[in-house]
This record gives sequence, C-alpha cells and structure tokens, in this order.
Amino acid sequence: MLEGILIGLQTAFSIQNLLMVIGGCLIGTFIGMLPGLGPMSIIAIMIPVAISIGDPSAALILLAGVYYGAIFGGSTSSILLNAPGVAGTVATSFDGYPMARQGKAGKALTIAAIASFAGGTIGAILLMIFAPALSSVALLFHSAEYFALMVVGLSAIAAFAGTGQVAKALMMTILGLIMATVGEGALFNMPRFTMGLMDLQSGFGFITLAMAMFALPEALFLVMNPLRSKQGDGGDSSEIKDLRITKEEAKSMAPVVGRQSIQGFFIGVLPGAGATIASFLGYAVERNIAPKEEQEQFGKGSVKGLAAPETANNAACTGSFVPLLTLGIPGSGTTAILLGALIALNVAPGPRLMLDTPEIFWAVIISMFIGNLILLILNLPLIPYIAKILAIPRNYLIPFILFFTLMGAYIGQNNATELLLLVGFGICATILRFADYPLAPLLIGFILGGMLEDNFSRAMQLYDGISFIWERPMTLGLLAIAVLLILLPSYRARRARARAAGVADGD
Amino acid sequence: MALDRWIALVLLGICLIYGYTAFFTMDENLAPFMRRNPIWPSTFPKVLAVLGAACAFVILIGLEGPQKPPKEGDIDYRRLGDYKIGQAGALLGLMVAYALLLRPAGFILSTTGFLILGSVILGERKWVTMIGVSAVAAGFVWYLVQEVLGIFMRPWPAFVGV
Repeated sequence: MLEGILIGLQTAFSIQNLLMVIGGCLIGTFIGMLPGLGPMSIIAIMIPVAISIGDPSAALILLAGVYYGAIFGGSTSSILLNAPGVAGTVATSFDGYPMARQGKAGKALTIAAIASFAGGTIGAILLMIFAPALSSVALLFHSAEYFALMVVGLSAIAAFAGTGQVAKALMMTILGLIMATVGEGALFNMPRFTMGLMDLQSGFGFITLAMAMFALPEALFLVMNPLRSKQGDGGDSSEIKDLRITKEEAKSMAPVVGRQSIQGFFIGVLPGAGATIASFLGYAVERNIAPKEEQEQFGKGSVKGLAAPETANNAACTGSFVPLLTLGIPGSGTTAILLGALIALNVAPGPRLMLDTPEIFWAVIISMFIGNLILLILNLPLIPYIAKILAIPRNYLIPFILFFTLMGAYIGQNNATELLLLVGFGICATILRFADYPLAPLLIGFILGGMLEDNFSRAMQLYDGISFIWERPMTLGLLAIAVLLILLPSYRARRARARAAGVADGD
Repeated sequence: MALDRWIALVLLGICLIYGYTAFFTMDENLAPFMRRNPIWPSTFPKVLAVLGAACAFVILIGLEGPQKPPKEGDIDYRRLGDYKIGQAGALLGLMVAYALLLRPAGFILSTTGFLILGSVILGERKWVTMIGVSAVAAGFVWYLVQEVLGIFMRPWPAFVGV
C-alpha cells in the first residue's frame, strides 16, 4: 500500500494535476451554486474537456475536483437562499438557512466548509484503508436490504420532522412517494398516473419540486411579511463578517463530524445509497442522539444540524468511489458518469485497477486530500463575499431568488410546463406550511421513491412475494427499527399531551 | 375545523382517487404474462394509497392533537389580511406570465422584464438601476447557460430569427 501511496503522491503532485484539482474545484463550486445544475450535470458537461486531456489520471482528478466543488457549491445556495439545487444538500438547508436568517450566514458557510473538508478528508483516509475489503461487504447488501435501509431513512426523517406530529410528517413522506410514482418508471415501461398528459410522461422534475417546496414558499413569506426579511437579511454587516467558530461550537461539532464522516462514508459505499441518504440519515441520527435541549435547536439554526449533513454528504461522495474503483460498479448517477468517462479514456475500473494501473487508483485518492484542502483554502476567504448576497436589498433579491428558482426548474427539464408546475406546487407548499405540515419529508420521499419501489419490486420478484421480509434477518431488523422510529415519537407525543392535559385539569 | 384537518380531508380524497386508480383501473391493460409476476405496476401504489389514507384519517379525526400556533416570524393564515398578500399574488402572476412568454419572447427580453417588474411590484422605483441590473443579469445568465454550458436558450423572440 505504501508503494501505491508514493506513486499516487508523485502523480497527484505534478503541476498539471494540481492545476486540474484547483480548476475542477473552482468550476464545480461556482456552477454548483446555480440551482438546477447538480454534480451530475456539471460532470457531464466537463467530460469532453476531461477526455481531451488524454491522461486518465489528470482527467479523473479534474472530474473528482468538479464533484467536490459542486457539492460544496450546492450547499451555498441551500444555506443562503434555501434553494437546494442538489438532493444531497437538502438537509443542509434545514439548519443552514435558519442560521443565515439569524445573520450568521458567514458562520454557516464556514461550518459547511470545515465539515465538508473533514468529511471528505476522513472519507479519503477510510477509502485508503478499507477500499479493497469494503467492496466485498457492499455486495452483501441485496435489494431487500436497500429497500429496508430506505424505509429506515424515511421513517427517521418523518420521526424528526414531525416534532410531535408524526402522522403529518408521515403523510408528507407518503405524498412524496406517491408523486414519485407519476410517469414512466424504468421497471414497468408503462406510464402511470399521467392523466394522459405527455408532459408528465417523465414524471415531475426533482429540481422543480425542490424549488417549489423550499425556495418559493420562503420567497413568498418574505414578500408577505417584510419584517421577516428584515430579520433575515443578515442583520448588520459586521455579523456577516463574523466567520469564526467559537470554542464551544467547535467542541460540539467535533464528535458530530467524527461520527458522520464514518457513517456517511459507509453509506456512500453502498451502491445506490449515496450522499442523499447519508445526509438525511446523518441529520436524523444526530438529532435523535442529541440532548433534549439541543434537539429543540435542530431546524432553528443548530451547529450540529448543519455540520452533520455536510460532513456526511462529503464522506459519502468519497465512499461512492469504493464500488466504482474496486468493482467497476457505479454507486450513484454521478459515479456512473465518471465510469463512462473512464471507459472513454480506455481505463476499465474493477478489481484489477489497483494492480494494473496503481498510479490512477492512488492518484485519485491522493487528489481527494488535495481537493478537499484546496476547497477549504479557496472557500474560506470567499465566504464574506458569498454571504454578501444576503445584503442585497430585498426589492432586488426577491425577484432574483424567484428567477433562479424558475431557471433551476427550466434548465433541468428544458420545458416551460415545469415552470407552471413550479408555481402550482409552490402555492400548495405555502398552504401546507400555513398548516404546519413539514415539507422536507415530501421531498425526501419523492427523491427516494423511485429507488424504494425498484428495490421493493426486485426483492418481490426474487422471493416471489413478501417473504424476503422474514427470510432475510438484516431486512427484518432494519424494518423493525423503522417501525420503532415511527411508534416511539408518536407514543412520546401522546404521553406529553396527556400529561399536559392532566396538568391543565389539575389547575 | 382547523386548516390542517381541511388539508387532511383533501389529501384523503387524493389518496382515495389514487387508490381507486391503483386497485381498479390501472391493471386493465396489463399484458397476460405480466399478470403472473408477483409484482405489478399497481402493487406499490396500492400500498401507498392504503398507508396515505390511514395517515390522512388519523390527522382528520384529530388524533395528533390541535395544530400548533405559528412560529415567530411565520405567517398566521388566520390573519392573511395583515400581510402583503397582493404583492405575493402579483409575483406569482408574474411567474406564470414568465413561464408562458419565455419561449415566444426569448430569454433576454422575458428575463429582463421579469426582473424589472418583480422589483416594481415590491415597490422599487429606481428605474435606471433596475433596468441596468436586470439587463446585465439576463445577458450574463444567458451567456453562461447557452455559450459556456451549451444548453440552448433562444435569446430573442422567434420573429427576429435568432
């Protein structure tokens, strides 16, 4: 391994490859900030550039840099505008945006940058140590376990988002799953619930729904209540400049970063799970294990709540390279595109990659360290300027937020009908917010819906029915956890209400 | 009845219609060989319809307790008249107009118009700044999307021929 690392260092530290990492991180960060352009689209756009370089190590290093940059760029729009352009950064907006509204935009971006750096770096160390062994463990996960893992993820989200009203959160999750069934699925090759409309044939767009659930209602709330935007425009500019994290904040962040780097990495290793599930599960786990008084801070600008998904999604991005590099199996859409690029460069990823072309394998891993460090160095000085976006007068800022939500939906599908759907869903989401229905579970249900149904269907086909639930102990265990996750908070909430009613009667 | 329960009633209706489609109409045209499969296109929707209807029912009968009062800074729907609802409605109308005009009027004209009118609706009257900022932003985004990223967007109206 040591020899491999030395070869990797030699390759990654060449001037050309250093420039590739820097360029990739910069391009990824800036384009990733635009809602609607996630890592997958940016990497796809960059493939012709990477192929024209010719050197597979340099090309892969460039694309990996773009990948990390795009994930960090996506966090920026989540934190500043509540407009997550990438599924993996939806959970970042839960606490990042409230922090920005409290005038701590600079601090939120700093936490995101440091958490991303830590997640990515620890992930890269784990990748070095565990890559060969993990590839065989990941294969033990079958469709049934994936299905159960997603049910756990969805239940955890419903349990934390409900804040005492679990049925509402569960209802929103199911509504998201229902929306994901609209359109033509890959498994059945027939349109479902399209009501005969051609525009619904490919289903609803993720970006359209993300913008409609988060950015649009928030913009409408800012319009309806100007006092809200005064609270939220970052306060005075001195607060924006305040990037430093206090000792207490660093202390509370450290264990979260440690835990989520590991958890995120291992979730990222599982093909199909990826950064999205890692970030949601990371958020849910940290909320559930936090002390009661800190739990209440989640969703209102908690440092832990921001650090958890940011660490987990970056660690998962690194983890997703394990199946790609060791088995040649892409674990996510993004790594699938990377696989395409590798094949175009005459490199066949798989078990022999480490033996036949160690310089590529190790150079990519070493470039992950360099990439994460460069992202941190690039982003920290830029944060005060990025955060200044919030100091733009609301009469200009709000039309721009609305324009970027429209653009995000339009670029994704290149279809003007998406814009009308965006407005329609945005109005529905605003009404749901009035009634205190949490919107995050809806979006998460929608994102995971397709994968959940595919894995459920595959498991049903393999076992000719639902017997996979009791025939596979890991599946049964995971589903039992999911049921507990739903029942416990409901029971606790009922008991709290009964106790409160008892106290009132006693008065 | 509080708004959350009204919404639960609507969601129950949606789940019932969705469930009716899944249970009774969806599988009519299913090929005979697919009928032997343990999983049909309607299987997952059937599960969702039942779970969704059950959840909506729980909310509707009030098992979850009363709706919580709005958080600080949130909008209280019972006092909508106190807020600038007209401005919000006008902006939504503007978004619909933008969606309908984006292709016929071209990206640059419709975007510049959208940004200017959006600011005007919010009370801005510095015309020179508004026009300048909007035109530059529209031109910059068009250049980035079309020229750098290679995603086609017609810049001018179709009759201009560009």
